[in-house]
Amino acid sequence: MIPASFDYHRPSDMDGVIALLNEHGDDARVLAGGHSLIPMMKLRMAEVPHLIDLQAVDSLRGISINGSRVTIGAMVTQHDIINHAELAKVAPIMRETSLQIADPQVRYMGTVGGNVANGDPGNDMPGLMQCLDATLHLVGPDGTREVAARDYYEAAYVTAREEDEVLTAISFDALSGGYSYEKQKRKIGDYATAAAAVTIQTSGGKVSSASIAMTNLSDVPVWSEAAANAIIGTACDADAVKAAVNAMLDDIDPTEDNRGPVAFKRHVAGIILTRAITRAWDRA
Amino acid sequence: MKDLNEDQVERSANLKGMGCSRKRVEDARFTQGKGNYVDDVKLPGMLHGDFVRSPYAHARIKSIDTSKAMALDGVIAVLTAADLAPLNLHWMPTLAGDKQMVLADGKVLFQGQEVAFVVAKDRFIAADAVELVEVDYEELPVIVNPFEALESDVVLREDIADQKEGAHGPRKHHNHIFTWEAGEEAATNDVIDNAEVVATETMYYHRTHPCPLETCGSVASMDKVNGKLTVWGTFQAPHVVRTVASLLSGIEEHNIRVISPDIGGGFGNKVGVYPGYVCSIVASIVTGKPVKWIEDRMENLMSTAFARDYWMTGKIAATKDGKITGLHCHVTADHGAFDACADPTKFPAGFMNICTGSYDIPTAYLAVDGVYTNKAPGGVSYRCSFRVTEAVYFIERMIEVLAIELNMDAAELRRINFIKKDQFPYQSALGWEYDSGDYHTAWDKALKAVDYEGLRKEQAERVEAFKRGETRSIMGIGLTFFTEIVGAGPVKNCDILGMGMFDSCEIRIHPTGSAIARLGTISQGQGHATTFAQILASEIGLPADSITIEEGDTDTAPYGLGTYGSRSTPVAGAATALAGRKIRAKAQMIAAYLLEVHDDDLEWDIDRFVVKGAPERFKTMKEIAYAAYNQAIPGVEPGLEAVSYYDPPNMTYPFGAYVCVMDIDVDTGVQTIRRFYALDDCGTRINPMIIEGQVHGGLTEALAVALGQEIAYDDMGNVKTGTLMDFFLPTAWEVPNYETDHTVTPSPHHPIGAKGVGESPHVGGVPCFSNAVNDAFRAFGNRHTHMPHDHWRIWQTANKLGLHG
Repeated sequence: MIPASFDYHRPSDMDGVIALLNEHGDDARVLAGGHSLIPMMKLRMAEVPHLIDLQAVDSLRGISINGSRVTIGAMVTQHDIINHAELAKVAPIMRETSLQIADPQVRYMGTVGGNVANGDPGNDMPGLMQCLDATLHLVGPDGTREVAARDYYEAAYVTAREEDEVLTAISFDALSGGYSYEKQKRKIGDYATAAAAVTIQTSGGKVSSASIAMTNLSDVPVWSEAAANAIIGTACDADAVKAAVNAMLDDIDPTEDNRGPVAFKRHVAGIILTRAITRAWDRA
Repeated sequence: MKDLNEDQVERSANLKGMGCSRKRVEDARFTQGKGNYVDDVKLPGMLHGDFVRSPYAHARIKSIDTSKAMALDGVIAVLTAADLAPLNLHWMPTLAGDKQMVLADGKVLFQGQEVAFVVAKDRFIAADAVELVEVDYEELPVIVNPFEALESDVVLREDIADQKEGAHGPRKHHNHIFTWEAGEEAATNDVIDNAEVVATETMYYHRTHPCPLETCGSVASMDKVNGKLTVWGTFQAPHVVRTVASLLSGIEEHNIRVISPDIGGGFGNKVGVYPGYVCSIVASIVTGKPVKWIEDRMENLMSTAFARDYWMTGKIAATKDGKITGLHCHVTADHGAFDACADPTKFPAGFMNICTGSYDIPTAYLAVDGVYTNKAPGGVSYRCSFRVTEAVYFIERMIEVLAIELNMDAAELRRINFIKKDQFPYQSALGWEYDSGDYHTAWDKALKAVDYEGLRKEQAERVEAFKRGETRSIMGIGLTFFTEIVGAGPVKNCDILGMGMFDSCEIRIHPTGSAIARLGTISQGQGHATTFAQILASEIGLPADSITIEEGDTDTAPYGLGTYGSRSTPVAGAATALAGRKIRAKAQMIAAYLLEVHDDDLEWDIDRFVVKGAPERFKTMKEIAYAAYNQAIPGVEPGLEAVSYYDPPNMTYPFGAYVCVMDIDVDTGVQTIRRFYALDDCGTRINPMIIEGQVHGGLTEALAVALGQEIAYDDMGNVKTGTLMDFFLPTAWEVPNYETDHTVTPSPHHPIGAKGVGESPHVGGVPCFSNAVNDAFRAFGNRHTHMPHDHWRIWQTANKLGLHG
């Protein structure tokens, strides 16, 4: 658990970050809260001769709410999210999810950017970003660009982000309505055995729109359009929820690990989604 | 006891002696980051060691090339078995009569095994150099299942392949280590064959690990000018380490000083001798510089001593109305690559023969077969006396299975089979003499405290509601009544590498009435500096706050066998009380001289000797201490010191009654502990607050083991649970509130009646949590399901019973 030697850089603005990435190419990685990258370095599974710490880049911090448009800087921590009163009002699912990530000590350091950018299938924010149809803001040597969260994840740790790009912020439209982030884990600090993010809008006693995404049940987060469609136009009765679960089960592809075999994970995914839909519907 | 007057009450309270919830004197430094652990030892010019470890569970080593590592700037040495062989240190003896490779000699036998030891100027260079050592392996077939090992042609231990006789008798197969038996086989089979009812079950007590917060480590410093070797290390038995180090190295024992500084938890993990200790010592001798070795968390979990890994098959015979008539137990014990169990030498399966539990079982037989596999060596007693957790789990599960077989309430079945109060001292069928007990009183108190009948009623209603589809939650009531066997032990039958398992205390009273006491034990969090001072305060009448307790330095402390198996209070605690009594006896002579009366005219009164019938004439211990150093007393040597070496006449037998109430979500396998009640009887209670802390800690480790904590291997012998992500270490979040309670049945043979408590909650807790899970499914046809009861295994139980529709 001792990393190989590396050079530590702490630029104070994004130009400095991009310049370092340009200079060192594949030898450089940016560091946010460090909960993914540092263990990989200590296990010597990631070799990072140049580590670029983003802690001093102030432009990556801050939560702005403009009408229904929410923008969150990549270096905003889960602790910041939990304690941001206005965000909790506009997008309470951000707070509900953050409270289920790891433990308070981790959340003081863990960032939205680190959670979203890496493509770690265990992370909770990627599924949530897909549920919220968030936009990911990237900056690289050729300037800035935007990628939809639903298009970002390609495989475990493989994303649409180029090696020389940095995630600077995420943004999304906060819709009013019901929401739920439901997660089963073995203990505090664990990744999900199964987790579901659900948002529901209603009209006339029926679901008018909905979005459903699942965490840690495939090598990427799973946004299940079919599952959402199964409850749209219904009052989330038992048959509709069952149809949503069945649609979701067609979209996930869990693998066996220490959390359990595939059959267990699929069963729990169904239970967790049922509970998430029920709670979101009750809140809508 | 006489009622105390107001003055006596006040003087007694000032002592903070036995029975006082005195705050732990250790905590001031621990809570302020001022502890002094092995890794805090920093010496001038100190070098750092790190291991090259095997990625394979079984492989032949074709070559080791250290040239690239040696070429790295800052690397001083790279040791391999070839370097240790001329010193005959490439193998070392284990505590269990086997031998173990220090560094891989020709082959590796488990993943994570030590292959080479790199010594460098700093810890970072050492880690870099480890990557540069090139080892050419030829993979061999891997065996991780002990039953397969006993059938396989693959020879794991080529070094002893032809030995038909092991340290504990004949070997049946080249992967077999020993067969150990207790009790009467033929008589037991006869009882079972003719019984009205027999319940049979096989249970796997999975492999786990003590996982102390501080991992293992050592700092060795060879002073070549004075010929003195000093070793700081995470040792639960520092004196034994000194003796072993002397025997192995040829350095005379007076030239070796072993120091256990503050230790951050042991739980059995720090009893044995590890290759890292040996390598740091050799490296210091070779380089003439101090060498530090500290393992990381993954190394600790993968390579240092595991616990359990017992396959236990039981047959329990009874009459139709539930009176147990016989018990048969067979264990297949997976010891891994080397038999490195930390048990008294004559007990290769520890005290597994306490497996008749708290019950009056007239006929019993136990056989344990030890087996080699491609897993890490160990087999230590994780927060329990030697293999007692396994024994208690076995009998408490067998009782539950028998209750099912008899269609009987498990609490009642226990009650009618308990050893009765008037049967103590009780001779068990497997050879122990239980010193004391009052099981019925404790059991009734526990069941009343939790409203046992009310719980059963609620459970029955829940089952009905579940069947009607009104809930997906079921309820389990876990019961356990355990008897521990601790305080090893009588020298006549307990030794470690020939060292009898006595313990010791040496006391010096200072002229101003304060004192230092040194013991052969070593605290790893138990609070010895607090509690042993309390024992002494009550014995010699000086305030506990004026008594320093010191342990762990072999140059100053008297010889002792260390701290594990709840032996400190039963053995060293007794030595402390007896040494205190020697002090008091001399003090009485001094007081008699000062008061000009005969010794027999004095009586002891809390902190002083008083002339009988003349309470105004007295000498306090403080006055006597001063006199001991400044008065010339005819016929009495100056000074006030005493030493006691205590060889206990018997073990002590703490017991307890635990109840766990658990709710289980059958759809997700998630369990919630609604209530946990723990009644412990550890005899005389020295510090109730520390006892409560011990119970909380032991129960939490029990919860961990029962509900998820395991060292799991895949078929290739890869460790699947090598980090704290997958190895379950509970946090405050996962831990319920514990209700603690007690009865007091003093040990009749212990000078102060104390029995030891640190391990009881673990011993009793594991079956209690497990019984709760099993009990929840009893109404749906479950007999037994293996630990650990993590979410997916609970879910699987529900699934197999058809509870998912």
